[in-house]
Amino acid sequence: MPLTETHDLHRRRFGRNVGVALCLLGFCAVVFGLTIAKIRQGSEMEAFDHAARPSLTVEETE
Amino acid sequence: MSDLSTQTPVDFEGEARFGDYIALLKPRVMSLVVFTALVGLLVAPVPVDPMIGFTAILFIALGAGASGALNMWYDADIDAVMRRTRSRPVPAGRVTPSEALQIGMGLSVLSVVMLGLATNWAAAGLLAFTIFFYAVVYTIWLKRRTPQNIVIGGAAGAFPPLVGWMAATGGIALEPVLMFALIFLWTPPHFWALALFMKSDYDTARVPMLTVTHGRAETRRQVLLYTIALMPVAIWLGFTSVGGPIYLAVAALTNLWFLVGAWRIWRRDETAAEADSYAVEKRVFRFSLLYIFVHFGALLAEATLRAAGA
Repeated sequence: MPLTETHDLHRRRFGRNVGVALCLLGFCAVVFGLTIAKIRQGSEMEAFDHAARPSLTVEETE
Repeated sequence: MSDLSTQTPVDFEGEARFGDYIALLKPRVMSLVVFTALVGLLVAPVPVDPMIGFTAILFIALGAGASGALNMWYDADIDAVMRRTRSRPVPAGRVTPSEALQIGMGLSVLSVVMLGLATNWAAAGLLAFTIFFYAVVYTIWLKRRTPQNIVIGGAAGAFPPLVGWMAATGGIALEPVLMFALIFLWTPPHFWALALFMKSDYDTARVPMLTVTHGRAETRRQVLLYTIALMPVAIWLGFTSVGGPIYLAVAALTNLWFLVGAWRIWRRDETAAEADSYAVEKRVFRFSLLYIFVHFGALLAEATLRAAGA
């Protein structure tokens, strides 16, 4: 027998917590999916990260 | 003597369920927004990646939900006295007005930023303007001041296909402007047909509905006038790049039917309407819901056929 009685209040709060958790998971999934879609479209994948990158330097022409 | 009992009666009955927060976003209104924005996005001449398209529609819908929450925050006093709206989460006391305001503001920012990141900032800017228009221009400034509130509110509901088109193309064109005009001109006869048979609610809430300020005969005349103005817009859309024979056939038939309904509403007086419990008004209202869905459905069918033929 549980020590505390389950009240309707607990069920409602549990439902709210599950709802918020699912929304957050869904948001993460959307951001991840969007990132993949943007990369597939050829968005910038390489950026300056404080290291010398020959591929990012503009070639000098005479 | 102190009472150490843990059985102190506390009323938690008013605590919100998750569904109350969903209700705050007006999911039924959202369904029209999702559908029209989706059509705007899919009929645009620029193909959109499915994931980007899905994200765009999701956050346009969330933006609409956010403006719904802001509307419920501001209109809680009106909602409390109207039969149709008194069980909404804020007037029923399950969600506090401050919560509704915070959710509305938070989701507004989230939806605009996410739409901008997913598509382009022109579409995001238009979504922000739509939320501002519905929550501030319509709800706060004009709803309680002018009987033209429905006409102005209709503009807010007409933006989604424009936002959808802009999300796909980054620009504006005649076609989405006509889609905007279609919803804009459809809203007054749709809503005033409802107001004719829901009269007591708007009277009680003291909202300056046309039926209250200008009388029911004038409302009947305005239903007919807006329906006449709606027809050329609906047909014109059929001759643009998004139209075609299917759309034109659907538009011709449904506009004719809608016009006959509006004509019958105009010809009736209150005695005749009360005698059959507003049967014509109720029929026209129900048909008006179908009207907008079949128009946008026909545009989608045309786009599907074009894609299959290409």
